[in-house]
Amino acid sequence: MAPVAPRSGDAVFANVERVNAELFTLTYGAIVRQLITDLEEVEEVNKQLDQMGYNIGIRLIDEFLAKSNVSRCVDFKETAEVIAKVGFKMFLGVTASVTNWDADGTSCSLVLEDNPLVDFVELPDTCQGLYYCNILSGVIRGALEMVSMKTEITWVRDMLRGDDAFELRVKLLKQVPEEYPYKDDE
Amino acid sequence: MQFFGGSEISPSPPVPPASGSNAHMIYVFNRNGVCLFYREWNRPLRTLNVQQDHKLMFGLLFSLKSFTSKMDPTGVEKGNLGVPQLPGQGCSFHSFRTNTYKLSLMESPSGIKIILVTHPKISDLRESLKYIYNLYVEYAVKNPLYTPGTPIRCELFNTNLDQYVRNLA
Repeated sequence: MAPVAPRSGDAVFANVERVNAELFTLTYGAIVRQLITDLEEVEEVNKQLDQMGYNIGIRLIDEFLAKSNVSRCVDFKETAEVIAKVGFKMFLGVTASVTNWDADGTSCSLVLEDNPLVDFVELPDTCQGLYYCNILSGVIRGALEMVSMKTEITWVRDMLRGDDAFELRVKLLKQVPEEYPYKDDE
Repeated sequence: MQFFGGSEISPSPPVPPASGSNAHMIYVFNRNGVCLFYREWNRPLRTLNVQQDHKLMFGLLFSLKSFTSKMDPTGVEKGNLGVPQLPGQGCSFHSFRTNTYKLSLMESPSGIKIILVTHPKISDLRESLKYIYNLYVEYAVKNPLYTPGTPIRCELFNTNLDQYVRNLA
């Protein structure tokens, strides 16, 4: 039995279980709202969203690998393409585009025109420093860490702050090959 | 990084082999060498204690992977022997067979290794191992009561796995 070829984002999306988009958006909104009430500081909320995203990401990667059948990416360029086309499609139902590669291929931008998390959302004046979708940066960071890539993810453009799209800057810090975990003298 | 010593996993009591139970045992390891899951259905000979058995298995696979990719005649670049590779990169071995058993391995890019030991006449198990990986995702990864990196204790996982393995060709 030859290994199955990786499925495209649309094929995987058609096969996974889906939830109602509004339910998803409103649940996420309720989480952010509650975090703001509990933590009060916008920076704290950003950090907490990132941490939550990280915890999701470390589990999400296995589901992604199991359902989409992608094999190990050859380089970071391929990784970014797979995240944008297959990953985002599978979990959010939208595709992103990859742009703005830097000279050595370690840093790129993922641009989302359409983001289901922010439907119906407006940021009030009291929350101007809030990165509403910060959970996404945590998810990507967590998932990539489980495939041996340490990355740094920042928001460049945010539609809730008046820009025309969402843009995430993904920077590869280093590849961490796995080490033999047992000490030799044990 | 978690080191392996001091784990309190005890092997689950051997399930009396239903007629047609094809597999001898299964191991699931994560990228740090922690044995997340071990189950045996039919293992008359047991030579080592549990910790040593797991360490030996993990060590064997680590070395075999390294060896097979360094000996690859079609490979373009070869690192030094013993330099760890990223999981899934380079040439990856997926099974070996002796006169009494066949050991099949699947490794995901996230470092999850699933090892299934069966009778030697069984056909290629790659699709089956992928299915077991999916079971792992459904019952362990998606389980909010399960902490990644710790041994899996989930009855549903055990039952589904037993049922699947019983029906292996």
